[in-house]
Amino acid sequence: MTDLRPHAEDIHELFEEHLDLGVDEIEERLDTLVNEYKVPLSEARRSVISHYREQAGLERDEFDAGDSELANAADINAPDEWVTLKAKVVELWEPRSDSIEQVGLLGDSTGTIKFTKWAKSDLQPLEEGKSYRFENVVTDEYQGRYSVKLNRTTKIEPLEDDIDVGRATVELDGALVDIQQGSGLIKRCPEENCTRVLQNSRCAEHGEVEGVFDLRIKGVLDNGLETQDVLFNREMTEEVADIDIETAKQMAKDALDTTVVADEIADRVVGRYYHIEGPRVGRYVLVEQVERLGAPTDVEELLIEARSI
Amino acid sequence: MREVARRVFAREFNAATFTFSESDDEYAPVYALLPTGMRLNRAFVVGTLTETEEIGDDTEYWRGRIIEPTGTFFAYAGEYQPEAAAMLRHATTPSHVAVLGKPRTYETDDGGTNVSLRAETVAHVDTAVRKRWIVETARHTLNRIRAFEDGDEPDAIRAKDVYGDDISPYRDAVIDALEGLDIEDTPEVVS
Repeated sequence: MTDLRPHAEDIHELFEEHLDLGVDEIEERLDTLVNEYKVPLSEARRSVISHYREQAGLERDEFDAGDSELANAADINAPDEWVTLKAKVVELWEPRSDSIEQVGLLGDSTGTIKFTKWAKSDLQPLEEGKSYRFENVVTDEYQGRYSVKLNRTTKIEPLEDDIDVGRATVELDGALVDIQQGSGLIKRCPEENCTRVLQNSRCAEHGEVEGVFDLRIKGVLDNGLETQDVLFNREMTEEVADIDIETAKQMAKDALDTTVVADEIADRVVGRYYHIEGPRVGRYVLVEQVERLGAPTDVEELLIEARSI
Repeated sequence: MREVARRVFAREFNAATFTFSESDDEYAPVYALLPTGMRLNRAFVVGTLTETEEIGDDTEYWRGRIIEPTGTFFAYAGEYQPEAAAMLRHATTPSHVAVLGKPRTYETDDGGTNVSLRAETVAHVDTAVRKRWIVETARHTLNRIRAFEDGDEPDAIRAKDVYGDDISPYRDAVIDALEGLDIEDTPEVVS
């Protein structure tokens, strides 16, 4: 059974200045959720914290969590936690709403995470490529993806040293159950620094252009418990489908149709099991290594297990 | 979020006659409730395609029979699943196939309920894939059986209400499937 005491102590500390609470009552509340109602610990913490926050009459934004712990971008895996990050602003994106002042990607040595900075939080502007210490940011989750929100209590301190941004590599085993639109032989915009995929020989940015051929697979790897979008670049597509781009171009030329390439690739890869490795970028894992999985060997152990049930 | 493709043997899949949805929205996902207490909106199955038949009257509609060690999956593909339908049209039988599909139930004339797969993809595969799927499906089924016996997941409670407590047929299915592999995998004795 999980020891809930350290979690109760954490929460106790959060509210020390606001509420007269005992660690025992916090632990009891956690215990009810975790052991009686089988709520996952992260959810239980979230629920208990928001209960006390309400009791203390604190807005989420005003709520000062005290000393938030230094966290790694790749390790953020629960919502509503107060953390400190030392990270570089890897990318700034166009905010989609006036309430958002800046939005983009922060990175540290372990990986990257999306951040949002609200206009009303009144914080200093961040520069792309610069590194900062962000004290007191709140983690958030949407559809299984984590992000951090900067708020009024966040302290931003520019760092002298440049932070090296690493990429968190994931390893997955599963069946490639489907490949999606946009797989196969595609054409990209030839303009410098533009690699957009052309639709009917048009680039969304540069209009009608003479495209450059490329090969890729946008696939779905599924292990029966989780499903993950995976992207094979040209090199990985050539390896996994055993097809080279010249052959693919010739096939398309003979058929007067590029979709034959996607069909051929699908024939060679869909339904097979693979082990893949690569960094997670947005909703995709970019495949950097791929290995076909053969027949398994643990039949005997499973049989013993089945007979013992 | 994309729905995960669950691993289930035909014996259990074909018994999953109870379907439900979480909302009244016509596009809300429909789940088949497995007797071992897991909801399923998508399945990935591997077996031997032994027969394909065009059963559509006005439009193209194909049915494939896919046999695995515990039973038979019926997979359907029509005009809204053109790639899967094309695969069934051109498929040679017998051959090993992997099918990704959504569960569908329909009432039979004698009042029973049939469960089938509406195929999204049909792919030709080799025996290594077939063996891997059997072992994987065995493992997932055993894990579901254990969770069912612990019995506190809402879907496990619901499954007990709908189908009852006896899930031994699905444990037996696991054993049948694995024992089949055992025999196949015994190397021939060279004298």
